[in-house]
Amino acid sequence: MNGFWFYLNPIFFILIKNLKLMFSRKFKDIVAGRLMLTAAIFSCTLVLIIAIVLFFRSWPILEVKSLGDLLLGNTWMPFQGEFGFFPFIMGTLYVTLIAMAIAVPLSILSAVYLAEYAHENVRTKVLPVIDLLAGIPPVVYGVWGVLAVVPFIAYIAPAVGNIGIPFFGSMGYTTGYSLLAGGIVLAIMVFPIIISISEQVLRAVPSEIREASISLGATRWQTIKHAVIRIAYPGIAAAIILGFSRAIGETMAVLMVVGNVPNIPSSVFDSAYPLTALIANNYGEMMSIPLYDSALLLAALILMLVILFFTIAARLILINIERRMSYG
Amino acid sequence: MDKLLEEKLWKFLMVASLAIVVGSLFIVISVIIWNGASALSISMITQTPKGGYYLGKEGGILNAIVGSLYLAFGSIILALAISLPAALALQKDYIGRTRLAYYIRLSLDILWGTPSIVYGAFGFIVMLYFGMRASLLGGIIVLAVLELPIMIRSMEEVLKMVPGELKEASYTLGATRFETTSGVVVRQALPGIITAVILAFGRGIGDAASVLFTAGYTDSLPGSLFDPVASLPLAVFFQLGTPFPQVQQRAYASALILLIIVLALSIASRYLSRKFTKNIIR
Repeated sequence: MNGFWFYLNPIFFILIKNLKLMFSRKFKDIVAGRLMLTAAIFSCTLVLIIAIVLFFRSWPILEVKSLGDLLLGNTWMPFQGEFGFFPFIMGTLYVTLIAMAIAVPLSILSAVYLAEYAHENVRTKVLPVIDLLAGIPPVVYGVWGVLAVVPFIAYIAPAVGNIGIPFFGSMGYTTGYSLLAGGIVLAIMVFPIIISISEQVLRAVPSEIREASISLGATRWQTIKHAVIRIAYPGIAAAIILGFSRAIGETMAVLMVVGNVPNIPSSVFDSAYPLTALIANNYGEMMSIPLYDSALLLAALILMLVILFFTIAARLILINIERRMSYG
Repeated sequence: MDKLLEEKLWKFLMVASLAIVVGSLFIVISVIIWNGASALSISMITQTPKGGYYLGKEGGILNAIVGSLYLAFGSIILALAISLPAALALQKDYIGRTRLAYYIRLSLDILWGTPSIVYGAFGFIVMLYFGMRASLLGGIIVLAVLELPIMIRSMEEVLKMVPGELKEASYTLGATRFETTSGVVVRQALPGIITAVILAFGRGIGDAASVLFTAGYTDSLPGSLFDPVASLPLAVFFQLGTPFPQVQQRAYASALILLIIVLALSIASRYLSRKFTKNIIR
């Protein structure tokens, strides 16, 4: 018996030594480091997991129909097995383009003013207000759209429709739930994104460039037009791309004001039916119809891939700028 | 064109567009207050919907207010447990400068941009796979996923601002990386971390599309993690969808309640980030 314990002694010795190490600060440091790394890697694998799950769930419909038929098909009749996404894709595209047509000039002019002209006092007061705009929930924007934008459009549509501007025609009566309403609501939602990024980009332009231009007798606007914007435009492009991807993915606010009629709109006063609204209105309900849920998940996958593409594009542009700025 | 005239013209355009942007904020807020305030009453925020509530009878939206708070608090705790370590790992003391960190940041940016309806659909598939039905837990998990990229990326920006000299001083005294991180970096960055948390909280409480399929909707207060739960944005959405003007009025009031919560959070974050500066060395 004595001999047995004697032989085990070195093992105990090593164990105790290890235990001491285990509770030592070094060990804590290593464990904490590993845990942090795990958390970081876990959160980035989510993108892959979401994309893979969506892909496998939308595979059944891709097996039966060609991608071309799905994307360019005009009829959406799930009961008859017809899944044409074209009206929805056009709906998303038109709403987003209208929103960008309103938001881009207004936000960039505002950003230029805030970065180049505004007094420090004005800037520190206006920027928080614009951040506030970013924090308002989509549903509240939707309610605002229903209360203010939709009636306004129903009021002006007949008058404007008769003038005969292309894409602004109206067939007599409109409810106001239209592309334009969706576009206006979305535009206000993307103001803060475009303004805050492009303001930062503009302020990062070295002041020597402005001084050089002004000392040659240029006005401030000429300086901005010929020097500052030339340097800042990739960053502004990135800001616009980020705003665009936010607008494409917005669901609730658009769903509430855009009318949700699946046809290809021919005027800004027509109703439309964007992809996001399609998923929100139908998913989870009609699971008994074959292929319906994989069609809707294909729509989700398309949205995600578009966002992925835009995010990577914006990112590459911003990285390029950072490099140029840091190496002069 | 005369260059001074051009200057004046463009300056006018800029001021006008800034006025439109800032003005639209005030229009949004005032339209919601104007329409919501008249329907807002004590019973709205102290009662759950009674029978026939959606036809215009007695009741309130306490179920949605409580449900939204549960969802938002639950998800923010879950998201904080993952995002704080992840943000700390992205410091340059750990993996911040590696190729891996570049891809992590890129995928977080993609997650940030992913529409919340996609999260909702994804969450629903996963819940079906595990045999769960729409529940508080499902909503919390999906909202946490939605909040993760926002919290990690904004915390990371804050952690970057911690002066390197402070860390070096701590290392010189013999502290390990973890001791430096938990004792110096986190304390120094605390106001910024709180701002990031409140930002994500506001995003979580206001998001409707992601909880549409995953948290469900119910007229009663949530009893357990596995019950369906109501939320404010969905309460607004459903009430607005009814054909009765009286119920629509309540949708405006619900939107006002949501707006007040979000604005209060936003103002609180600004105040708190000033207040939690006790441990900060400048």
